This record gives sequence, C-alpha cells and structure tokens, in this order.
Amino acid sequence: MEASARLTELGFNVVLVERQGRLGGHVDNWDFLFPDRKPAANILNPLKDAINYKVEVKLSSEISSIKKLNGQYVTSLSTGDFIKTDAILVATGFDLFDAVKKEEYGYGIYEKVITAADLEEYFSGKNGHKLLRKDGRGKIGILHCVGSRDEKAGNEYCSKVCCVTGVKQAMKLREYFPGYEVYCFYMDLRMFGRYFEDLYKEAQEKWGVQFIRGRVSEASETHDNKIMVKFEDTLAGKPMKISLDLVILLTGFVPAAGALQLKELLSLETGKDRFFKPVDEHLKRNHTSRQGVFLAGACTGPKSIAESITEARAVALEISSFLKNNE
Amino acid sequence: MFIMLYLLVLFIKWIIRMSPEDKQMSIRGFFSVKTLSAVKEIFTESLLHRKIFRINPLLGYMHMSLAFGWFVLIVTGHFQSLFYKPAAFHPPYYSIFFNKLESAAGNYPMKGFFEFAMDFLLLFILSGVMLAFYKRFRSSGLGMTKTTRLKLKDNIALISLWCIFPLRLLAESATSGLCHNGGFMTGSFGNALHTFLPLETIEMPLWWAYSISLGIFFFSLPHSRYMHIPVEMILIFFRNYGLKTCNNYNSFSDMEIKSCSRCGVCIDKCQMPESDSRAVYFIRGLRENTPDPHQVENCMMCGRCTDICPVGVDVNKLRLIARSRSANDGRSNYPYLSAKNPVNADVLFFAGCMTHLSPGIIESVQGIFNMAGINYHFMDKDGGACCGRPLKLAGRNKDAEKLINFNREEILNSGAETLVTSCPICLKTFREDYNLKHIRVLHHSQFILGLWYEEKIKISKQLVTLAYHDPCELGRGLSVYKEPVELLNRIGIVRTSYPHGTDSLCCGGSLADTELSMQERDAITREALGQILVNNPQYLATSCPLCKKTFAKLSREIPVMDIAELVYRNMLSRGTAAGKRKLRKRTKETAVY
Amino acid sequence: MMVKDKFGFSIHADNQVNLDKGDYSLLQKIMAAEPGFLNCISCGSCTASCTAASFTDFNFRVLCQNVRRGQNTNLMNELSKCMFCGKCRLICPRGINTRKIISLLHKELSNTMQYA
Repeated sequence: MEASARLTELGFNVVLVERQGRLGGHVDNWDFLFPDRKPAANILNPLKDAINYKVEVKLSSEISSIKKLNGQYVTSLSTGDFIKTDAILVATGFDLFDAVKKEEYGYGIYEKVITAADLEEYFSGKNGHKLLRKDGRGKIGILHCVGSRDEKAGNEYCSKVCCVTGVKQAMKLREYFPGYEVYCFYMDLRMFGRYFEDLYKEAQEKWGVQFIRGRVSEASETHDNKIMVKFEDTLAGKPMKISLDLVILLTGFVPAAGALQLKELLSLETGKDRFFKPVDEHLKRNHTSRQGVFLAGACTGPKSIAESITEARAVALEISSFLKNNE
Repeated sequence: MFIMLYLLVLFIKWIIRMSPEDKQMSIRGFFSVKTLSAVKEIFTESLLHRKIFRINPLLGYMHMSLAFGWFVLIVTGHFQSLFYKPAAFHPPYYSIFFNKLESAAGNYPMKGFFEFAMDFLLLFILSGVMLAFYKRFRSSGLGMTKTTRLKLKDNIALISLWCIFPLRLLAESATSGLCHNGGFMTGSFGNALHTFLPLETIEMPLWWAYSISLGIFFFSLPHSRYMHIPVEMILIFFRNYGLKTCNNYNSFSDMEIKSCSRCGVCIDKCQMPESDSRAVYFIRGLRENTPDPHQVENCMMCGRCTDICPVGVDVNKLRLIARSRSANDGRSNYPYLSAKNPVNADVLFFAGCMTHLSPGIIESVQGIFNMAGINYHFMDKDGGACCGRPLKLAGRNKDAEKLINFNREEILNSGAETLVTSCPICLKTFREDYNLKHIRVLHHSQFILGLWYEEKIKISKQLVTLAYHDPCELGRGLSVYKEPVELLNRIGIVRTSYPHGTDSLCCGGSLADTELSMQERDAITREALGQILVNNPQYLATSCPLCKKTFAKLSREIPVMDIAELVYRNMLSRGTAAGKRKLRKRTKETAVY
Repeated sequence: MMVKDKFGFSIHADNQVNLDKGDYSLLQKIMAAEPGFLNCISCGSCTASCTAASFTDFNFRVLCQNVRRGQNTNLMNELSKCMFCGKCRLICPRGINTRKIISLLHKELSNTMQYA
C-alpha cells in the first residue's frame, strides 16, 4: 500500500492486486505493535487512506499468468481481468510457519497450545474464545524459535521479529492475567531494534516475566489437562520440566504461498531460505534480475513493519527512476 | 582333484568347529526328509535360479543357462561315455575330452541323441555366456542398473570361465571338421572352419587352450566368487537342517560368506548414497578378513539386500556380528536404573523414546484405549528406559542387556497379559530379545485391529485415499504386513502401487546407521517419498514414529500420520458432539475430517 | 612464619578454569571426523529430550561443551550413562549427528582409557 501511495504521488498509475478479500494482510490480525504499542489500525488506516481513490485495487484476485508483450507485462487475473503494466512490484509478504509441523509441541493436539498469531487475534477481540480465567492463577509459557533456526523444520534462518513479539506478548499476558506467571523459553534474545532492549528490561522489571535460556524439546499433557514441557535451563545446566496452563508458540516466517507461483511465472531467483533474492543485498535490495520486476517487504525475508514501509518507499523511488529512463 | 581336496578340508574344518547343538541338528536332519527338501532347493535355486528369475527373466536365464546348462552337460557327457564304453568308472577327463579322445567313435547306443544333446547344451550355455558378456557393458539390459565391481582374482576366474565354452566349441568343431564326429552345431561349424583354417595344426592347441582355461578356472575357484558353486549346495543342506548364524561367527556363517556369488543383485536394492558399504562388498570384506569399519557401520540395516539375496545370505546378521566385534561393549552399567513400584494392569502400553517426540500418537493411542475401556498402564509415561535396540544395532549387546533386564522386570511384574507398543523398533527387541514368555507382544495397529474385531471400537470407511508405508522393522523385520493395511482399509482407501511389502523402501531415518549426515538422509528420504507419494494420496500412513518424523520433515504437501492418529480421528468424527468439536479445532486441513 | 606474614600475600588455588591448559586433542579428533560438532548453539534440546537425563545427572550438552573447552576429566564415566536412543539427534535444530559424536567419543575414550 505504501509503495502504491508513493508511486501515485510520483505521478504513476498503480494497480494493486490482492489475493484476499481485504487489504492489510497479516497486520490486520495483529493487536498492538512493537515497540511503542500502537494499535495496528493506526498503521493500516493511514495506508488505506493514502491509496483510497488514487490506486486501482483488485481484491480477491489471484494471478493466473504473466506474459511479456511488446515490452510490457500483461498480467491476467483469476477474475478474468487483464492488466498491462511497464513494471511489476512483487510484495507477496510472508506466511507463518504451520505449527502443526512441529509436532513435538502438540499444536492441533492440545487445546492449550496456541500460536502467537492466535494470541493476537484473541487480544484484538477477533475470536471469542476463552483462553484463561482472568482471576485465575497459573503459568503461561512462550516458546521462541518455532519453525525457525530449525533444520528439522526445514527453515534454518532466523525470523528476526518473533523474539520481540514474544516479549511484547509476555507483558500483555501479565497485564491481562495478573495471577499467571509468564515464562519465555529462548535460545537467544534477538532484540535488534531501537527500544527493543528497553522492552526486554521492562518485561523483566515491571512485569516480572521470567526468561529461561533453553529450547523446549517436547510437550505432553498432564492428568489435569495442563501442558508439561521439558527443557534444559542451560544457564543453570540442568534439565527441567514445568506444567503450564497455556503455551504460546512464536512461529516464524516462511515465504507466502503465492510466492512460489510468482517465482515460476516471472523466473525469479530465491535464496536457500526460499525467499526472493534481490540482485544485491546492499545497493540493489529491490531489484531482481528481470528488468522491470521489483521486490519489497517480507517477500525477501523476515522483517518488521517499519522496515517494510521503508523498503516500500525505497522501491517506489527505484521504480520511478526505472520508468523515467524507459520512456 | 584339487578342488575336491580343498573342499574336503574346508568341510572337515567346518564340521569340527560346529557347536554340539548344530552337529546334533545336522545329524538328525540328515536322516530326515529335510535332506530331500534340501535337494529340491538345490535344484530350484542353485541350478534353476528361480529367485533370480523373479528379479528379471533375462538375468535368471543367464545364471540358469550357465549353472543348469553346465550341470546337465557334465551329466549328459558322463552318460555319453558310459553308453559308449560301459565301465564302472571313467576318469573325469574322459567325458570332458570325449570328442577328441574318441574322435573315431563308431556307433553306440543313442549316439545321435547324445551328439545332438551335447551340442544343444553347449549352445544353451553359450547363449548365457554371451548374455554375461553383454551384462558387463550394459547391465541395464538385464534389469540391473549397477553390477558388481570385481577385483583381479574374480576377473581371472570370470574370464577363464567365459573362455571355457567358446574354446570348447572351437576345439570340438576343429576335431569335427577333421573327423566328422560333431553334432548339428559343432559339425557345421567345424565344416565351415575346415574351409579356411589349417585345422590339423590348430586342433591340438585349441584342445590345450580349452584344457588350460578349465584348469585356470578350477584353480582360481576357491579364491573367487565361484566358490559359491560348491559351498552354496553345502549351505542349503545345513540350512535345511536348521542351522543359522546367531550372535557370533560360526561354521554356518563361514559357509554363508563363501556362498556369496557376488551376483550384485543387492546393489540396486541398497538406498545408500555411496557404494562401499553395500552387502556384496561388505561380505567380500569379511571373506578377505578385512572388513572396513566404515563398511560395517555405514548401513541402515533396512534388510532390502538380505531380502533379495538369491542365496539367502543373512547380511543383516553378519553386519551385526561385525559390529559387535568392533564395539566397545560392556562399559555402561546404568546403575541409575532402579526398579519402580509395580503397577498392575491387563495391558501395558510402551510408547518408546521416538513416540514421545510425536505426542499425536500417544494421544491417539490413549484415546482409543480409553474409548474401548481397556485397563492399561502407560509404562513409560514419565519417560522410561530405552528398549535397548539402538544399542543392539550398534553391536553393544552387553550394554543392551542391562536395559533389557530393567524393562523386562517391570513388564513381568505388572502381571499384564499383553504388551502393546507403538514403535516397531521396540517391538522387534521385545519379541526377539526380551523372552517375555506368555505375554502377547503386539504392535498397536495389531491391537487396535483386534479391538475392532471384538467390537470394542467403532470405525467407518470414509472416502479418503491413503498410502501406507511398511517400516523396515515391522515389515521385513517382523513380517507384519497385513494387519496395518487391513486396519487402514476399514477407515479409508489404501493405494499401493509403489515398492511395498517386502520391497518397501527405507525412510532414511534408521537408528542403525551412525555415519550418515542429515543431508544424505534427506536425499534418501526424498527419493523414497517420490516413489511412495506417486499416486498423490491425501495422507501418508505410517506405523513407526521414526518413519513418521522422517517423512513429515520433507513431505510438504501431503500430511504424514500414524495409523493410530488416523483411526482416532475416524472414531472422533463419528462420535459425540464434543469429540467432533475437538476434531474441528485441531485440524487446519479440512479434508474429510 | 606464614607466607602471608612475610610477603603480604598468599598463594591459593585458582578457581578459574584455565583454558590455556585445556587438552584439545580429543576435540581435534572429533572435529576431524564430524565437523558439525562445532555447530552447537547450546540450545539444550538434547539434554531436555534425553532419556537418561530423566533418571540421572547426565547432561549431554555440558559433556560436549566440556570437550570443546578441553576439559576431559571423568568423561567416560559420564558417557557410559547414555542409552544411545537417538532422541537428541532427532531434536537438534542444527542437524548435528549427535549419535556419531557419542560413538566417536566412546571409541576414543575406550581406546586410550585416558579420560576415565
């Protein structure tokens, strides 16, 4: 959306193709964003306003084929529409790792095991499920690196933003369910951005979130329907187990489902992590090896919302200079 | 002569080294009908090579023509000599060189028949030799993608063997050209040669060449793959008497090692990325007394080579013995394993180490047992000791013994009549090493099928396509093929048009191999998945937690589930509203469930 | 007269492990045969899933860490607690062949009997 808005400002016509029935993608499911805890709507609404009436938006449209004709790209959509453009911006974003695949943690088997995305939905009031009793007492566990940094899950890369998400959610959980202890089970705490370290400190000091350096190996159900997880507290050097009333899995990023199709249609290159590979990681982050095809956002790898918006602005400039040179 | 002596010495050594039980078994077997069944087996396998025919008809024909053809040739030749000059005993070379020695033979009973038969048999053998020659260059024509890489000793024996029959043809034809005593082939060939070759000068050299070729072959036989010719026959006798290779090298295992004909049929069956550890090279290493440690360790013990071997060499057992000899056994005491308080139940459920990493299986088995009202005890619920098989597969039998004793005590103390496990690896050791007397030891698919027969659980056939993978340990390891498929057929449609049953592929996750890297294993898994999922089933059903994890890692589109999970889902989907709700919450994929 | 009185200081045993004095020969052998040994990020999954660890004080991660730091005392005693079940290999996120490392250590320690 950001790129469309910028390109329109620069005087170009933009058609935005979205496979879902509404704009916003995953962010639309989030509750409050790090680091300043602003509501997701505070980002999405300005973006939507910026393109309102200025950008042609095609919702619920999937790409059937893309051909090059007389130097232009002709994209045909599942709705039957045809779009003729001089450039294409691939912003397919990401999908979340399907936690069912990490079967040791029992997602899909135990009711009390949910993902971070599920928790965001709960926080934003989207699903009416009852997670825990507000006045109850117990323990909640947040498991980092689910489906990331894991050769067995087929994703050896780090998904970057889940650690800070975990810390953010930990604090929210302590706020919502003050009678519950919250434990974060991590391998490393990747607090890469500005104010992130402050969030970590706040979680420890103000909210009493407990951080355990150890990756959970397996989860099982106790006789009183709690989830027992096994882990090693590597800093203490001992294997331990604990029974939890709720388990949150911080699932990582994987390339979006539509990305593979676009890869075939446009003959784009992907890296070992299956995300799209730009021509150069420093000076040409938005360019592909195909002339006129550009990349922006999480389709080139896990990144935060702020970084995606920055990239959107960058690619708008790149596309603009490309189109000007090609006139 | 030399061969006979060599064999006699070998035979005596074997008999001397046999254990008393084996000797008794042999003597008893000798005087029983087993001797006759042994003779029958020699006929069907050593001569007719029936097993090789099943692998590939041309390959079977090639082996048969050489073995059976030569055998009948010798026998017929012998009768020819007897019919010509009846005597109690002819020296062996008499029938071999009959056409030369009795080149001026007049009429004798059935002369025409013999002349025809000998030529026909020679032609029969020559067709085999040509196929063998062709196989060296294009083995795929005979159904073998790869064939054995031979060393010098084998090559000498091979070449001399191949030369024997063409040389015989030439020599007999030469004589026939001169004396006109040949059959339809040697006669006409001889006449043809006579027209442009100085047969008088080359006749003797040809017979010498034939004789030398024969000599080289027989002298090199004991040091080559062709030792299998005499030894395999002896092996068949003793095997029929009930001897087998057990936990250590014995006379029988020595016979097995020498019976390997290096036919190379095991090579294509092996899924390993590199070739040195394949069965044929491993056995060769054993025979030459220099098994490479890498050869010994780098094997998944999937059993495909053992299963396909036409001679019936128990390669898996031999590899285990080799491992136990080089393993540093007996260092682990496991003193920390102390007996638990016994819990009484009718049925014991042992999940095993691997199943604990797949909670879906545990939940499903417990759910099914609960719904069927079984009085069971989940033996290793809070983590138990390993069953001991991974140690046994590494050759560490003494260490495994400690774990086995610990678990066995708990099992026997529980008073249970049935032991059910969801892991075929555990199942195999429970059945073979635990000596659990009167306790029924079952795989969970067998037990659940039993529950259905007893009408303790209700399942219904639904329109869902399944592919079932036979795990190495359950299939080839324990010959349990039918029950899992039967159970699956009650809940869905099972399609099996890929290697299955005894030919099932190994998933690549094997605990028996410590050398393979993750990338090498992934390559094996991908290759296997490609074949198993060729029909695009909706689910891949497994009955082994290790197979499940190994396949699930790389099967991106098609979900992999254990039989218990599929049955439990089926039960929930037709059950109470609460059950259905539980089911809806758990699956992202809608399918039928 | 005590050293302290005469010189104003005393000599005491150093509680810090001196890595300069570590014995890295075992580590070298393992690295040569299985370079993945160095990929460990000490996540602790192996110890967490270990079958033996639920019975006794056996910590596979710490054992490997000690080998990496050249601290090889009492190694065989510890290693003999392993039941060789293979759960650690199945759970390791770095794909390290843990069972091969156990086999290698077993072989080396049994051969040399140096680190009993």
